[in-house]
Amino acid sequence: MTYLIDRRLQGKNKSAINRERFLRRYKGQIKDAVGRAIKGRSITDIENGEKVTIPVKDVNEPNFGHAHGGVWETVNPGNREYQKGDQFNRPRGGGGSGRGKAGNSEQPTEDDFIFELSREEFMNYFFEDLELPNMVKTQLAQTIDFKQQRAGYNMSGTPSNIHVLRSLRGALGRRIAVGGGSRKELVRAERELQSLLDDKVSEEDARVVALKKRIHHLRTKLLAIPFIDPFDLRYTNRIKVPKPTTQAVMFCVMDVSGSMDESRKDTAKRFFILLYLFLKRAYEKIDVVFIRHHTAAAEVDENDFFHSRESGGTVVSSALHLLQKIIAERYSSGEWNSYVAQASDGDNWDNDSVMCKQLLSNTIMPAVQYYTYVEITDGPPQNLWEQYMEVARHHQNFAMQKIVTPADIYPVFRELFKKQIK
Amino acid sequence: MPRDPNNPRALPEQSEWTFELIEQVHEEVRRVARDFGLDTYPNQLEVISAEQMMDAYASVGMPVSYNHWSFGKHFLSTEKSYKRGQMGLAYEIVINSNPCIAYLMEENSLTMQALVIAHAAYGHNSFFKGNYLFRTWTDADAIVDYMVFAKNYIAECEQRHGIDAVELLLDSCHALQNYGVDRYKRPAKLSLAQETARQKEREEYAQSQVNALWRTVPRRDEEEALVAAKRFPPEPEENLLYFIEKYAPLLEPWQRELVRITRKISQYFYPQRQTQVMNEGWATFWHYTILQELYKEGIVGDGFMLEFFQSHTNVVFQPPATSPHYSGINPYALGFAMMTDIRRICEHPTDEDREWFPAMAGTDWRKALDFAMRNFKDESFIAQYLSPKLIRDFHFFAVLDDDRSDKLTVSAIHDERGYRYVRQQLADQYNLGNREPNIQVWQVNTRDDRALTLRHTQFQRRPLNQQAQEVLKHVARLWGFDVRLETVDPAGKLISSLECRREKRSH
Repeated sequence: MTYLIDRRLQGKNKSAINRERFLRRYKGQIKDAVGRAIKGRSITDIENGEKVTIPVKDVNEPNFGHAHGGVWETVNPGNREYQKGDQFNRPRGGGGSGRGKAGNSEQPTEDDFIFELSREEFMNYFFEDLELPNMVKTQLAQTIDFKQQRAGYNMSGTPSNIHVLRSLRGALGRRIAVGGGSRKELVRAERELQSLLDDKVSEEDARVVALKKRIHHLRTKLLAIPFIDPFDLRYTNRIKVPKPTTQAVMFCVMDVSGSMDESRKDTAKRFFILLYLFLKRAYEKIDVVFIRHHTAAAEVDENDFFHSRESGGTVVSSALHLLQKIIAERYSSGEWNSYVAQASDGDNWDNDSVMCKQLLSNTIMPAVQYYTYVEITDGPPQNLWEQYMEVARHHQNFAMQKIVTPADIYPVFRELFKKQIK
Repeated sequence: MPRDPNNPRALPEQSEWTFELIEQVHEEVRRVARDFGLDTYPNQLEVISAEQMMDAYASVGMPVSYNHWSFGKHFLSTEKSYKRGQMGLAYEIVINSNPCIAYLMEENSLTMQALVIAHAAYGHNSFFKGNYLFRTWTDADAIVDYMVFAKNYIAECEQRHGIDAVELLLDSCHALQNYGVDRYKRPAKLSLAQETARQKEREEYAQSQVNALWRTVPRRDEEEALVAAKRFPPEPEENLLYFIEKYAPLLEPWQRELVRITRKISQYFYPQRQTQVMNEGWATFWHYTILQELYKEGIVGDGFMLEFFQSHTNVVFQPPATSPHYSGINPYALGFAMMTDIRRICEHPTDEDREWFPAMAGTDWRKALDFAMRNFKDESFIAQYLSPKLIRDFHFFAVLDDDRSDKLTVSAIHDERGYRYVRQQLADQYNLGNREPNIQVWQVNTRDDRALTLRHTQFQRRPLNQQAQEVLKHVARLWGFDVRLETVDPAGKLISSLECRREKRSH
């Protein structure tokens, strides 16, 4: 009695749970490793897996065993020149030949335990205990929100949903189809009768009588076809579709004036990418709008945003005006979660900063979920920073931070989106 | 005889396997094995992918197992070295169960599948069924069911008591797994249904027994009268996990059950650890013999045999001790050589063989081999059957490494004076009792601080490894009170001791 079973189609991830247990247990070390990796690697390949190294002594499973010492007498194969009683020095390096069984040795191997985190796992560690502000609210809404949507026509439904046009069109078609044969015959009969009558055949002629009878019969038959039948009724079909509240729009606002040099732009870029990655995790659909500005603001595509060169002074409010306009035009409804990330070196025309503050407080802040501002500078704060401080004081969903080098980005990012206590 | 194309049973000369071909191969192997008199459990061949093979590795080959991080660790390291190409996967894993489950990897060629079927499904399988250790200590009918029970029970515990609590306990049990084995007592056989039914009963009973042991709280005025208190346990106990399961004062019933589960699994694998050379030697001998027979009958061809020899010689290769690739004696090589040698002694004995094996030389080799397979373990098998010819062929030599002398001494080589000595030394080398430190429960202070004393009786003055202190922490976690580990020489004189103090509990 033999069974030959093909198991290949069964799940191959039987160890997935054990793997997950392993990651769970060494969470601390893995998180450290991920932290180090993020510092070290370029942000453009942030979405790759990572090799994680854990010292072997930490993952060791201890067991009782013998160490070197005492008396070991071992039998080995492959004797070439030895005779009984020969003596020779201990092989160096603790073991080697002649110590076949001492593998259970006390010195842990120098090797670290290395394994690969998948991209998914890596990102999970990266984003751990970060949560979008006010997200609880949004998430709650997202699960219950349904939207009625038309989905063609149905043969059954409630009378209020009867679709008149469709039903009548169906009825008309049915009437034509069902009455077709009789109607053709009727026409033929009528034509025959007419020709008989034209030939002056008497009204009492048997042929005429028969034809008249026939015509009457056909007319009655046609009249008996119902104008509308329950079969014709069509109902508008509506289905419930979960409303995609899981969509967000992210505005990247950046100063591209002459004072923003390449390295600052690069820092800003990393900041935007991080925000984008995080939003991508939280939302199914994300629109990204790039607004760059110097003295005037423009909506551009990603490439222009990061790579085109501009110069001149800085009027931040121009960008905020544009931002406000875009929100009002395209993303005003409650279905969009708006996030704004602004990067600047802090330069602004003096009297413009007050205007920025007013714009933010009065119109923009109520319309967005969260507003983040990073100032990429190592100099002292300027007037824009001070005015923004005012905004931050009055709005919980406004965050600002000063960063100097690319290495500061990650901590800043965490600071900005720290998990909110519910 | 090369493959005979006119033979209706001849296998096509192709390396791709199909299910029909595997069934055909299996039928041929089965027929030949039966003619040789191999007695096996029914076979269940399962075709699996490489990933599944790694899964099977991680859970020590069991088709079901409970969840634990250490299995994840093994999986990760296997996966890593496999992906980098540092390591090929074993061609086969076979489970000592009834029916006997053997895995065939889909990457294998038809020849390799035939090899695996002969090796695992008939070699190992008949060994599992016939060897006295497996017959005594394992229950092939119940193991898969037991693993299902264990998995479910542990999953339930995780839900009830939290993953962390279960994980910590299992860590501690794993640290003592090699000391969860009864060497002399025979375990009772139970089916899954009985096991589940009795688990509840056992829980209540065990708890009441523990309480009875610790019930006597001494009163001050009585203290002097208790000087001559009985020692407990009356005899040292070698099965640490068993002792903990029965007598640890603070374990909850579910924790005792977990200790029991790890202990049972350890017991199940104990025979495998004691019969490596024999088991692999037996399986290798039979795949070799069976496939040779198929070739003789013209069922398989030259190409098949070339591929087969390529992998067979790899398996039984023994690098000499001086080679950089040397990592101890290859159990496949030694086992295969010894099994083949027994057949040789029976069929073509020399004068030397007649002198050394008078009862065996010239008898029916199948009976002699069968007898050897049934009634020995590695240690006794080598002591009984290692012939002078093999000692010469392997160029065995014994090296004495005494830390009191500066140099190593060659104590015996493959010559007339050395045969018996080498044979005895090699046999001792496979004695698990010598390989693992001898540690037993020595005493429990039942009257005072409940401290547990373990005793390590030194063998050949070998010290414990540095992990001992770590393991002791695990013992202390299970026991719940202070634990001491005394090292004594064979005469019972105390040499050193380790201690692990349990922090005061807050409840």
